[in-house]
Amino acid sequence: MWKGGEDGKPPRKAGRREPRLGPRSWILRLRHTTVVSTKKNIAALRRETYTLDFIKKQIEEFNIGKRHLANMMGEDPETFTQEDIDRAIAYLFPSGLFEKRARPIMKHPEQIFPKQRAIQWGEDGRPFHFLFYTGKPSYYSLMHEAYGKILDVEKHQNQLRAQGLFSEKTKTKDLIGSRWLIKEELEEILVEKLSDQDYAHFIRLLERLLTLQRGGAEEEFVQRFRRSITIQSKKQLIEPVRYDEQGMAFSRSEGRRKSAEAEAVVYAHGSGRVSVNGTHYLRYFPVTQDREQLMFPFHFLDRLGKHDVACTVSGGGRAAQAGAIRLAVARALCTFVTEEEVEWMRQAGLLTADLRVRERKKPGQEGARRKFTWKKR
Amino acid sequence: TMLKGMTRLISRVHKLDAGHFLHTGSQAPQNVAAHLDNQVPVESPRAVSRTSESDPAKHGEQHEGQHYNIPLQDLKAVFPHGLPPRFVMQVKTFNEACLMVRKPALELLHYLKNTNFAHPAVRYVLYGEKGTGKTLSLCHIIHFCAKQDWLILHIPDAHLWVKNCRNLLQSTYNKQRLDQPLEASIWLKNFKTANERFLSQIKVQEKYVWNKRESTEKGSPLGEVVEQGITRVRNATDAVGIVLKELKRQSSSGIFHLLVAVDGVNALWGRTTLKREDKSPIAPEELALIYNLRKMVKNDWHGGAIVLTLSQTGSVFKPRKAFLPQELLGKEGFDTLDPFIPILVSNYNPKEFESCIQYYLENSWLQHEKAHTEDGKKELLFLSNTNPGQLERLCAYL
Repeated sequence: MWKGGEDGKPPRKAGRREPRLGPRSWILRLRHTTVVSTKKNIAALRRETYTLDFIKKQIEEFNIGKRHLANMMGEDPETFTQEDIDRAIAYLFPSGLFEKRARPIMKHPEQIFPKQRAIQWGEDGRPFHFLFYTGKPSYYSLMHEAYGKILDVEKHQNQLRAQGLFSEKTKTKDLIGSRWLIKEELEEILVEKLSDQDYAHFIRLLERLLTLQRGGAEEEFVQRFRRSITIQSKKQLIEPVRYDEQGMAFSRSEGRRKSAEAEAVVYAHGSGRVSVNGTHYLRYFPVTQDREQLMFPFHFLDRLGKHDVACTVSGGGRAAQAGAIRLAVARALCTFVTEEEVEWMRQAGLLTADLRVRERKKPGQEGARRKFTWKKR
Repeated sequence: TMLKGMTRLISRVHKLDAGHFLHTGSQAPQNVAAHLDNQVPVESPRAVSRTSESDPAKHGEQHEGQHYNIPLQDLKAVFPHGLPPRFVMQVKTFNEACLMVRKPALELLHYLKNTNFAHPAVRYVLYGEKGTGKTLSLCHIIHFCAKQDWLILHIPDAHLWVKNCRNLLQSTYNKQRLDQPLEASIWLKNFKTANERFLSQIKVQEKYVWNKRESTEKGSPLGEVVEQGITRVRNATDAVGIVLKELKRQSSSGIFHLLVAVDGVNALWGRTTLKREDKSPIAPEELALIYNLRKMVKNDWHGGAIVLTLSQTGSVFKPRKAFLPQELLGKEGFDTLDPFIPILVSNYNPKEFESCIQYYLENSWLQHEKAHTEDGKKELLFLSNTNPGQLERLCAYL
């Protein structure tokens, strides 16, 4: 007898779409797999299958819970999105844990329970998929499909050539903003373990398909396996220029480094005078290294003597304050500088806040990393 | 004249701020043509950094920012102990001693040239931030006075006398005071080297009894007192006291002009780090050297001038950022020194900065390829903020 299954009916291949009974759905993933996503504690049970029943129940409970939550928060249950849920949960169950994944979450069951495969063979023990005995049926069927597409395209091209309508033009879609799926993502889609060679083979097949002249359907097929990458630099925030009483243009921004906080006001036209907390920077930072840190943003943009800076800083130590001021100054300089130079600064690391803080000392060790002296006896 | 203090690396114990560079002659090969007249170096397209005027007496406004050369024998004769250690190292490296002519020193020279020796000695106090060039300004003045044949009473660093003294003896002269034989004897040696010719001219006017066997008769030359101090270390402090007393008394007579130059004068008033055996702290008055020096610095004598320098670098118990006379001298010192003429020694102005860099380049001290370029100069400017001491330290790495 088969195990699980939905409503006591034999699990169906998603390919065959005759709805047998009722609207109870089987969740369609790829064409070749029947995948059931269940909600259960991942750590608890390894090989336990979540029944479709169970999952549906969880989904229903989730929806009901969502409506209750919306009512509790005083919002409209119909238009309560996942972000609202997250905010509500963070408000109702505030947690001080550092690990984000350990905090209470309420998400749709599909995202919580891992995808599992339904039983792949029928009542008589005969597997459904024709490639079952390869061990990785979904992967091989995918390869099969891709190769089939390649053959189709080549056949089409041969036909065109035979008719003399073949044109050499290859329209190359711009591949720059996207990347191939990584192996983990592919595994997640196929719900099977892959090896590196399998993955590489698959990517080579897809690239070969890309080099041929392809039509719309193949394009769509390939695009399923690409993810876009957002360009980092567009996220940089640029302060607007402000004007103070005398009409001088200045820009103010903050920077932080390791518990030192600095706020810098950079004037657009000046002679290179820098004052920190009211005193001259030469007196405030007797160490050359700190002054070099201050100099770095200006030197990078070749504007050494052209700006005046007045900044305030507190907290941290000597080098931390220098780093905080440097970050603040770099951010303030963004306003007076072209986009390209902002990008250069970002790549040089001037605009990235340094996240390193002192690591906590752990019990059982002498310091953060150093262990006690190991004695053999 | 602006004496730029360029002090070398490493020895931060003493106040290294006053390293004045007197840059000499713009074209090094031109040293051969020794024009002693005022030259306006205009030929070289590189900014003028040297002048061949090596007599400080003739330095004037037009030499501001330029280096002048001190011949090495003069150096040993005039400055046995006065130069900051970093400057000494630089002299050894470059094989020439060049000081820069700067405005404070020019001002002081002007005053000194016009001193009226009938009036009580005027006190000039050089003050400024750390590293701006006070000690080398003082050295410039001393050189000038030496050339003019004054008697130089130069205490290189008064801070040395109030800290880190190993042996303190109870003074033979006055039971309540304490002696510092080592420091006194070192100073006497250097004093002797600096003022050889005067030691035989000046005669003591009293009889001094050192101990049962030795005594100095009235009318014997001062050199004998100095010898006594050097050989008998126990009496060195007293010898110093005697020298000071005699010089003060006799400078009014007009045989010689006396220049009292004290570096780090704020050590005289304040606290010491010395303790007696029972761990009770010693006040500066109880040190015989300091006591005598204080008498010297009072302006109740005439026939000379007193030039003083404040310094935070070697001072004890003073905050790092203090540089004003009020802060460093304390109330007591300020009142004692009042009235005085304060002279501020500040950082380089652009011309002097340029000149300094040129001097380094000529001596091939800056090896970095960017040192020649405009960008490099701007960097150095920013980093050192035209502070001579800082600039010197920075360039040492390059």
